[in-house]
Amino acid sequence: MQDFLQILITGISLGSVFALIALGYTLVYGIIELINFAHGDLFMLSSFAALTVLDRLDIGFRDATGSKVLGMLAALIVAMIFGALVNVLIERLAYRRLRNAPRLAPLISALGMSFVLVQIGQSWKGSAPVSFPRPIANQNVLAPFGSPVTLGLNNLLTIVVTILLLIALSYVVNRTRIGKAMRATAQDRDASALMGIDINRTIAFAFLLGGALAGAAGLMFGQFTGTMAFQRGFEAGLKAFTAAVLGGIGNLTGAVLGGFLIGITQAFSDFYLDPRWTNSVIFGLLILTLVFRPSGILGDSTTQKA
Amino acid sequence: MVRQSKKHSILMVLMLVMGMVLAACGAQDVQSTAVSGATAAAPVVNTVVTGGQTAVAEPTAVAPIDTGMTAVATGTPATTGAGAAAPCPDKAGEEALIYSSLPMTGGSAAQIQTVIEGMRLALEQQDGKAGGYTIKYEPLDDATAAKGSWDEGQETENANKAIQDKASVYLGTFNSGAAAVSIPILNEAGIPMISPANTAINLTLPGNPEPKLFQSLYQNGPRNYFRVVPNDALQGAALANYAKELGVTQVYILHDQQTYGLGLASVFRDRAKELGIKVAGFEGIDPKAGSYSGVAQKVISSDSNALFFGGLDATGGPQLLKDLRSIQPDPDAVKFMGGDGINSTDFAKGVGAEGEGTYATVATANPANYEGRAKEFYDSYKAKYNKEPDPYAIFGYDSMGVALEAMNRACSNDPKAILEQLNELGQYDGALGNFTFDENGDTTLTSYYGWILKGDKYTFDREVSTQIEK
Repeated sequence: MQDFLQILITGISLGSVFALIALGYTLVYGIIELINFAHGDLFMLSSFAALTVLDRLDIGFRDATGSKVLGMLAALIVAMIFGALVNVLIERLAYRRLRNAPRLAPLISALGMSFVLVQIGQSWKGSAPVSFPRPIANQNVLAPFGSPVTLGLNNLLTIVVTILLLIALSYVVNRTRIGKAMRATAQDRDASALMGIDINRTIAFAFLLGGALAGAAGLMFGQFTGTMAFQRGFEAGLKAFTAAVLGGIGNLTGAVLGGFLIGITQAFSDFYLDPRWTNSVIFGLLILTLVFRPSGILGDSTTQKA
Repeated sequence: MVRQSKKHSILMVLMLVMGMVLAACGAQDVQSTAVSGATAAAPVVNTVVTGGQTAVAEPTAVAPIDTGMTAVATGTPATTGAGAAAPCPDKAGEEALIYSSLPMTGGSAAQIQTVIEGMRLALEQQDGKAGGYTIKYEPLDDATAAKGSWDEGQETENANKAIQDKASVYLGTFNSGAAAVSIPILNEAGIPMISPANTAINLTLPGNPEPKLFQSLYQNGPRNYFRVVPNDALQGAALANYAKELGVTQVYILHDQQTYGLGLASVFRDRAKELGIKVAGFEGIDPKAGSYSGVAQKVISSDSNALFFGGLDATGGPQLLKDLRSIQPDPDAVKFMGGDGINSTDFAKGVGAEGEGTYATVATANPANYEGRAKEFYDSYKAKYNKEPDPYAIFGYDSMGVALEAMNRACSNDPKAILEQLNELGQYDGALGNFTFDENGDTTLTSYYGWILKGDKYTFDREVSTQIEK
């Protein structure tokens, strides 16, 4: 039972990182129906950005709590801004001109962009895995309650940040003017344009949000795992994309749910089965879900996009 | 209608993804059958060990051998072996081509750089000439940026390029799995291949852990493959002895499912059992996964006091260690051990401070304690490149050295003539020690050394026996 709970906690923390990346996929898909293959690699690049900030600030275990919190906050903000700007740039360079092209064209363009980002990542930090500074000690927050199960402070932080960002994102999409514009653009681009909505700006904003989430995910992933490598974006991106499809692509809550499900599945499969079956188990689960619910767990026929 | 096409594109992408996953699973299946058959590796190992012992009178790898050492500095061939030939007639600027095929991009890149530098150094010390020919050395990359490690397609391309361009010698590979790809291709063309780093047993010997691998290699000609590094039958035994000496009583074994990692892990498992170390688990991990926290939890829950990883710095090693240390920060409570694949600066860089106390073997002693020819190598390397050589640099140096020596004796750039000379090498006075190739193409050197990760680099710990004493 203790193992079970421990693995559940591990899975949820892992899942929350997948969820953050999945939100970016789902946001972009919801509005222009493009699977942004470069998203996983953007996550990797912004993670490197966060790593650079932490390295520069050189915050260690021994520093005061205040400076640690400030350092983490700085890394988070830099990574989010970095991710957002790069993603907007990618949209401008690689996708905007192809918006009315046949579906395959932007898809290939996205794949190409992914390779470009991987190369940039490799030239930036080298090809070996890089150690990610973890200023916040992973102490057990459940210890005061005498619990045999441990929940590291870092893990808790990842989960909390994910949930806060999901709430903030839902607010932006459902309650603000620009969110309304996004939803309108998602439903019918031409009609929205006729109503005076600036389509380019609205779509760029969706990319901005998606990139910022990838940036946050980059930092949180680094805190959870402790290393980052230039090819890590592919695997994480693939699992996050799966999470988005599993939850119902285009649906924000679905993406988060899918992320948690994939993280938990991975942790349980690693623990109770031979870890080499993990990917088969995850994708088997995806197939099974799609067979019975082709539009994902929370996606339904009248999906409210974005 | 719009929704219809949306579903369509998702389906298409999914099929793509499934394809990739299935391809990956296919590879796993082949290897898992190999594992299940891996119970009786012992006889193979014993023959290797005794073979090595009889061939070499003095099995210390880097002992000072004799006075042939000043020869290198002056640029003449450095061997003192019986077959040292008279200088070949100068072919007046005719070129002979040597290729190396190593993963120059990806997770092993920094390590490979020093191997290539070792090769260049050996060539430079012979004034870029051998057998009367001017040597054109070109390092080929067998890794792709997209994959981040060696790639089957790329390795095939390199081997075919060597055939097309009529290369005399092919120095490679680094990864044992890559050797399995290029050996059959080069075997047909009769181009000799000298590896500075492959340790998988079945590249030279039949039997366990992967009997099918050996059968597939030399079907179209005589064996064309040599290696200057002792194979994993010895390394696995050394690691088991090392573990025992460190007080390991129960070990959890994980591997990256690749030729090298799986092979080493299998040998280690068998030897460890012989020494009475309990094996709590033996499993493969996905070398590209971003997190192994579930696996690490399993290791901790099994109450083992060591985790053995058969794999590389580029196939999940650093991440696995980090995940283990997130749960159990004390490196003595659960030791982390591995072979030469994790004994690299890349690994040390990837694990940072949490890597403290990691144990890894490699077939070379402490560069700071090098003597004789090895010391010469160390000094000239440091003088030329202004940095410490990675443990593998010396193997690059000797693989090039032995290739040039064979060309000198053959006075030819014909691969078949060079192959013949490699088979009858006699004693070669290399930086690694005085060695030759046995009838399987294995080096007669047998020493392995234990290293500990301290601070940001591995420091020499001790020599470890490769003999199993029950």
